Amino acid sequence: MFWQILLGIWMTAVILASFLYMPATQGLGQTGRIIVYHVPAAWLAVLAYLMSMLNAVGYLRRGELRLDRQARINAELGTVFCLLATVTGAIWSRAAWGWYWNWDPRQTSIAVLLVIYAAYFVQRSAVSDQDRRARLSAVYSVLSFLTVPFLVFVVPRVYTSLHPDVINLEQGGFDMDRKMLVVFLAALAGFTGLYAWMYKLVTRLEALLDKMEEKRGEAESVG
Amino acid sequence: MPWVSRGLAIWCKDLRIEFRTRYAYSALLMFAFTTLVAVSFAVGGVVLDAGLAAALLWVILFFAAMAGLSRTFVQEEEAGTVTALKLAARPEPVFIGKYLFNVTLLFSLAVLVVPLFLVLIHQTVAYPFPFLAVVLLGVAGLAGASTIVAAIVARAGTRGPLMTVLAFPILLPLLLGAICGTRTCFAGERAVAADILFLFCYNGAALAVSLLLFPYVWDE
Repeated sequence: MFWQILLGIWMTAVILASFLYMPATQGLGQTGRIIVYHVPAAWLAVLAYLMSMLNAVGYLRRGELRLDRQARINAELGTVFCLLATVTGAIWSRAAWGWYWNWDPRQTSIAVLLVIYAAYFVQRSAVSDQDRRARLSAVYSVLSFLTVPFLVFVVPRVYTSLHPDVINLEQGGFDMDRKMLVVFLAALAGFTGLYAWMYKLVTRLEALLDKMEEKRGEAESVG
Repeated sequence: MPWVSRGLAIWCKDLRIEFRTRYAYSALLMFAFTTLVAVSFAVGGVVLDAGLAAALLWVILFFAAMAGLSRTFVQEEEAGTVTALKLAARPEPVFIGKYLFNVTLLFSLAVLVVPLFLVLIHQTVAYPFPFLAVVLLGVAGLAGASTIVAAIVARAGTRGPLMTVLAFPILLPLLLGAICGTRTCFAGERAVAADILFLFCYNGAALAVSLLLFPYVWDE
C-alpha cells in the first residue's frame, strides 16, 4: 500500500512539474513538454515487449505455463504503452510537423510493432489448446524479433527521420535543459514504477482467477 | 551432410506431389495473374512512377505467395501424412525440404509474372542484372519467412487469413528493401549494391532463425 501511495504522489508531482517547473524547450516550444509522457511510454513499450520475448524464450527452454502467462501479460502491457506512445506521438507530430501521420521512420517502426503484437494476439485467440497456444505464440514472438535489426538499422538509412533525438551521440550525454532533465528522469522512474505495479496487479488477478476455476472444479466434482 | 540430402529428398517428394495435382502452383499463378490484370486494368495506359510500379510488383508477389504457400504444411495435415513425415526425418531436414519447395514454387511464379508485369505496366528496367538479383533474393526471402509461418498456421488448426496476418509484420522489412531495390533498378538513379546486400542479410537471418525455431513448432 505504501508504495502505491508514494507512486501516486510521485506521478502527481511529475505532472505538475511538467507544466509549472519545466521550461519550454528551445526549438520545440510548448509542445516539447510531451517528452515527459511520450518518451517514457515508448520506453515502457520496448521494455515490456523485450520482457515478453525473454519470457517466450524461457518458455521454449523450460516449458512452464507460468512463463507463457508472463509473456502474454507483458505483451498486453506493452501494447497499452505502445498505443499511448503512438497517440501522443501523432498529436505532437500534428503540432510540430502539421500531420498526424506521415510515415516518418519512427512512426513506421512503431506501426510495425503494433502490427506484430496485433498478429500475436490474433494467433493466440486462434488456438484453443493451452500448451499448443503457448508454444506457437512463443515461436512467433521470437520470430518477430527478426525484424528489429532491419527496422532499426535499415529504415533510417532509406529515409531520413525528422524525429528529435534526445541523446546526443557526438557530444555524449543528453541534449537537454537541466530542469527538464530532472523532470524527464523523474517521469521515467515514475512510469517504470507504474509498469511494475500494473504487472503485479494483473499477475495477482490472473492467479486469483485460476484459483477460482480450481475451486469451482473441485466443488463440481464433489457435488 | 545428412540434413541437406534428406531435405532434398523431401523437396523431391513435394515436387512430385505438386506435379501430380498442380494445386498450389495453379492457385498461386491464377492469384498472381488476377491481381496483375486488375492492377494493369486499373492503371490503364498511364506510365507509372518507378517507385509506384515497384510497390505494385511486390504487393502482387506478396499476396500471391500468401495464397499459395499457406498450403505447405496444411496439405500434410489433410493427407494425414504428418506422423509419417515426423517418423521419417528430423525437423531440420523437413524445414529445408519445405523451404526449397516454396522457393522453387515462387521462382517458377516470378519467371512468368515479372516479365508479364513489365510488359503490361510499360516499365523499362535500367539495371537488368541487379533487377534479377533483387527479384530472386526477394522471392527467396518471401519463401523463407513464410515457411515457418505456414508451419505455425498448420499447427494452429485454422485456415485462411491467419497466414497473411502473421506473415506480414515479419516480411515487412524484406518488402521495404525489395521495393527500394526494385525502384532503383527501374529508375537507375543510384547504386543498388546496398539493397542487394540487405536482401541477402535478411535471407540469411530468416533462414537461421527459422531453422532454430522450427523444431519447437514441429515436435509436440
